[in-house]
Amino acid sequence: MKKLITALFTPFAFGTAILLAAAIAVAEPKISTLRGSANLDAEEQAPRMGKIENHDQKRQRAYPQQPPTIPHDITGYQVDKNFNKCLDCHARTKADESQAPMVSITHFMNSEGQFLADVTPARYFCNQCHVPQMDVKPMVENQFVDMDNLINTDK
Amino acid sequence: MKLTRRDVIKAQAATTAAAVAGVSMPGAASNLITSSKETELQWNKAPCRFCGTGCSVSVATKEGKVVATHGDTLAPVNKGLNCVKGYFLAKIMYGKDRVTQPLLRKTNGKYDKNGEFTPVSWDEAFDIMAEKWKTTLKAKGPEAIGMFGSGQWTVWEGYAAAKLMKAGFRSNNIDPNARHCMASAVGGFMRTFGIDEPMGCYDDFEHADAFVLWGSNMAEMHPILWTRLTDRRLSHPHVKVAVLSTFEHRSFDLADIPAIFEPHTDLVLLNAIANYIIKSGKVNKDFVNKHVNFRKGNTDIGYGLRPDHPLQKAAKNADKAGGSVPYTFEEYANFVSEYTLEYAEKMSGVPARTIEQIAKLYADPKTKVMSLWTMGTNQHTRGVWVNNMLYNIHLLTGKISEPGNSPFSLTGQPSACGTAREVGTFSHRLPADMVVKNPKHREFAEKVWKLPAGTIPGKPGAHAVLHNRKLKDSEINCYWVQVNNNMQAAPNINEEGLPGYRNPDNFIVVSEAYPTVTAEAADLILPTAMWVEKEGAYGNAERRTQFWHQLVNAPGVAKSDMWQVVEFSKRFKTEDVWPTELLDANPSFKGKTLFDVLYANGQVNQFPSSDIKEGYENHEAEDFGFYIQKGLFEEYATFGRGKAHDLANFDTYHETRGLRWPVVDGKETQWRYREGYDPYVEEGKGVQFYGKPDGKAIIFALPYEPPAESPDEEYDLWLSTGRVLEHWHSGSMTQRVPELYKAVPDAVCYVHPDDAKKRGMRRGDEIKVISRRGEIRTRVETRGRNKPPLGLIFVPWFDASQLINKCTLDATDPLSKQTDFKKCAVKIEKV
Repeated sequence: MKKLITALFTPFAFGTAILLAAAIAVAEPKISTLRGSANLDAEEQAPRMGKIENHDQKRQRAYPQQPPTIPHDITGYQVDKNFNKCLDCHARTKADESQAPMVSITHFMNSEGQFLADVTPARYFCNQCHVPQMDVKPMVENQFVDMDNLINTDK
Repeated sequence: MKLTRRDVIKAQAATTAAAVAGVSMPGAASNLITSSKETELQWNKAPCRFCGTGCSVSVATKEGKVVATHGDTLAPVNKGLNCVKGYFLAKIMYGKDRVTQPLLRKTNGKYDKNGEFTPVSWDEAFDIMAEKWKTTLKAKGPEAIGMFGSGQWTVWEGYAAAKLMKAGFRSNNIDPNARHCMASAVGGFMRTFGIDEPMGCYDDFEHADAFVLWGSNMAEMHPILWTRLTDRRLSHPHVKVAVLSTFEHRSFDLADIPAIFEPHTDLVLLNAIANYIIKSGKVNKDFVNKHVNFRKGNTDIGYGLRPDHPLQKAAKNADKAGGSVPYTFEEYANFVSEYTLEYAEKMSGVPARTIEQIAKLYADPKTKVMSLWTMGTNQHTRGVWVNNMLYNIHLLTGKISEPGNSPFSLTGQPSACGTAREVGTFSHRLPADMVVKNPKHREFAEKVWKLPAGTIPGKPGAHAVLHNRKLKDSEINCYWVQVNNNMQAAPNINEEGLPGYRNPDNFIVVSEAYPTVTAEAADLILPTAMWVEKEGAYGNAERRTQFWHQLVNAPGVAKSDMWQVVEFSKRFKTEDVWPTELLDANPSFKGKTLFDVLYANGQVNQFPSSDIKEGYENHEAEDFGFYIQKGLFEEYATFGRGKAHDLANFDTYHETRGLRWPVVDGKETQWRYREGYDPYVEEGKGVQFYGKPDGKAIIFALPYEPPAESPDEEYDLWLSTGRVLEHWHSGSMTQRVPELYKAVPDAVCYVHPDDAKKRGMRRGDEIKVISRRGEIRTRVETRGRNKPPLGLIFVPWFDASQLINKCTLDATDPLSKQTDFKKCAVKIEKV
C-alpha cells in the first residue's frame, strides 16, 4: 500500500528522476504512511488485535538508559495502591526465586538522590515506563542509529 | 538467532586466547571499548517534545545523531525521570518517511489541486505560495487568508508567525491547536482572575493533603506529575486522592475516593460542593470579604455550532455568552442551594456520600487541596464555566495561591502556555494577555513592533473550528498549517475539515516533518525541522520557560517553522499587503519587504550570530545572518516585563532548567497573588488578584445546562475520545518509534462488557462506531486499561487509520470556542 510512497520520502536513497517517476506512478495521492490504504474519506478493515510477545527473552536496549520493555504478558496484573504484582517477581528479595531481573538500583533512589531500603514510591507504577510489546510489525521503519555503530573502533 | 550460553562462552574464550597470545583481534570482536574518547557522548538538556508537563531531558549526541535520551537529573520538574514516551525521544526524528523536501501537487509539471505530490525547491514552493497569497489578498482582503499553528510551536516560532499574520498580512485569522486544548482554561482564568495561567506550581504536589482529579487521567496523560502525586500519596498515608471521571481509567488505581459521573454533570457536582461548603459554615469569610466579588453569568448561551443549527437558533444568549451581572454572596448562596447532595446524586450518578467525602476535602480548613484538570474540563461545551466553578470552591475556602492549596489547570502541549497563550497566537490575542480588540493593546503592540498606528486590525479573527467552516464555505482560501495534525485532531472532519481542505477554491500548505493525514489533504507540504534540529523555547504548565540549543541538523532541506515564516515574509512588499492610506500616512514604509519591516527592524536583528554559544549550530542564524532567536525573544519579552509576565533575559534560560515567570530581579515566582511569594502583590495586601482592577477575583454563579448532543434511542452511547500513555496526540511521532508502536499499535473501542454482550459482540470483534456525521472501523476491547460504565465508549484518537474525529461533533464552548471531544452520541455495530 505505502511502498511507492516510502520511496518518495527517502530522497537520500533515490535520485530526483526516480522520485518524479514514483510520484507519477502513484494513482492516488496517498501519502500518509500510518494510514493503511484507505483514502481519507474511506474506511478499511480494522487490524486484528495482536498477541502480546510472551517469550520471556530479554531484548536489546536501544541505549543504556532505555527502560527495558516487558517480554511477557501482564494482562490482569494488579498494580494499585494496595498491591504491586510486578514486584512479586522483580523485587530484590524475590529475584533469586523468580529469576526475574531485580528492579534497577536507580529505582531505590528518592528524588534527593538518597538510596532507600526499598523501591521509591515515585517509581511505583511500573507501566509508566515499562511496556509489553505486541507481536506486530511497525508500519514505518525507524532509522535511529545505535551509538555502537558510531564508535570508530579502528582508532 | 539466539546464542546459547555455551556459544557465548566459546566466543569469549577465543578473544581471551588471542589477547594472551599477543594477537590483536579486530576491534569489533573486542567486547569493551576502553577508549573513553571514543565512548564519550555529548550531553545537552532539552525540554521533552510531548506534553505540557515540561520535563527536562538529557539528550546525547554523537556524530550528528541523537543516540540516547533520559530524564534530566538536574530538572526540578521531573527529577531524573521520564515517562515511556520521554525515554524514547531519541527515536522520534528518525522515522524513515521524514519529509525532506517541499512537495507540491502537480500534473504535467504544473500545480494542480488534484495532482500528485512532486518534489520542488524551496523557491518554487514559496513562489506558488506567494502567488496564491497575493491573488487572494488582492481579491478578498486579509480575512481570506488563515494560519493554524500550535502549542508545539517554539516561543519564537509562534511569535514570528503571529507577527507576520497580525502585523504583516493584517489578518487575525491565526489560531493554534491549543484552541482544541486550553482555550477553556484561558477563558476561566481571564474571567475569574483577569490574568492567564496557574497561580500555583508543581511544588504544590509535595505540600497538598488531598488531590482531586476532575476528569483528568494523569496516570496516562501526565505520567511524571503522577509520579510526584503518587510519591506524596504513598509516602504520606494521611493524603487522599479523589478521582472523578466519566469512565474508570488508570488513575483510579491510586484513588481513595473514586467517582464515575454522568457526562456533563461536573457542573452539578461543583455547585453541590459549593453549596456544601456554604451550608456547613466552612466559607472562609475573611478571605471572601477581602478578595472576592460575585457575579451571575449569562445562561442559555448555545453550543458554538453553525448559526443555522437549531440549537444555536434556540439559544437566547448565543451572542452574549460572556455577559454577567453583579451578584451578592447571599444571592450566590441561594443560587447554589438547589444543588443538594441528593440532587447531585440524582443527576450525576455519584452517591451522595461520595460527593460529601469530596466536598469535605475542600471544606476542611486543615486539608490542603490541589484540584487538577485538563481535557475533561476544557473540552466541554461549558468548559469556561467548569473552570470558573473550580475556582469558586477554592475561593470560597481561600484555598489558593499558597503551597498545597492549588487549583491547577494542567496543559496538554509542550508550549500551550509558553507560546499559544503567552505569545498570544490566538485569533483574539496579542502577547502578555493583551487582545486585538482593545485599541490600547494594539497601540502598545504597534509601538513595540515599530509599526504605524492602525497596522493591527481590531476585529478578532476566526478560531480553529471556524477556520474549517470558512475553508469549506470558501471564505478562507489560503491556509498555512504548522506543527499540528488537524485533519486527525479537529472535530467533524467529514463534514468540515476534509471538504474545507479539498475545496477547489483553496490552497492549503502544511509544514510537517512526516506525511500525516493533514499533509495528505494539503496542496503543498513543507519539510520541517523538529525538536533539537533547531534552537527552541517552550513554556510549561507551571509558567516555566525552558530553552534548548540546536543539537543536530535536520534531514534534506528541512527547515524550522520560524525559518519558513521569516523567509516567506521576504516575498511581500508592504504595497502588496497594506492599504494605500496606511502607506501614504507612513511613507517611510513604502517599498520595504515584510522581512524588513517585521524582522530586520533594528530589534529582531540586533544580536550578531557570534552571540550563539560556541559549539552549537543554528540553521536560521546561518541563513539570516543574525541571532534571530535571541532578537525575536528579546523583542517579545518587552511585552511582559513590568506587567507581571516578566521573563528573564535570553542567555539566562540556556543556563538554567527553566524559570517560572514572573521573573523579577532574577528571581522566579512560585505562587502568584500571595505576598511573600509574588513581588507584584503590594505590601500589606496579603493576597491580591491584581489581574482585576480592584484586586478581587470573581465567583461566578453558573447553572447546569445540558450538553449539545446526548444519547437517544438510535445513537444510544456516549463517545469520549482521548489519549493513551504510549502515544502523544495524533501519534505522528510516537507511532514511528517501534517500541511505542508495538506497545499500542492500534486504537480500539473500550466498551463495557455488558454493552458488548447486549449487541452480540465479543472482545476483538470488528465494529463500526457510527455518529450522525461519520463512522470508523475498529475492534471491541472489553477488558483493557479503560473500563467505561454502561452507556459510554472510549476511543483514543492517536491512530491515523481510525480517524475517530469523523464521528465527533464540532460543538464548542461558546465562550472559549473549544470543542467538546468528550461527548457526542454514537452507536456501534458489528461489521
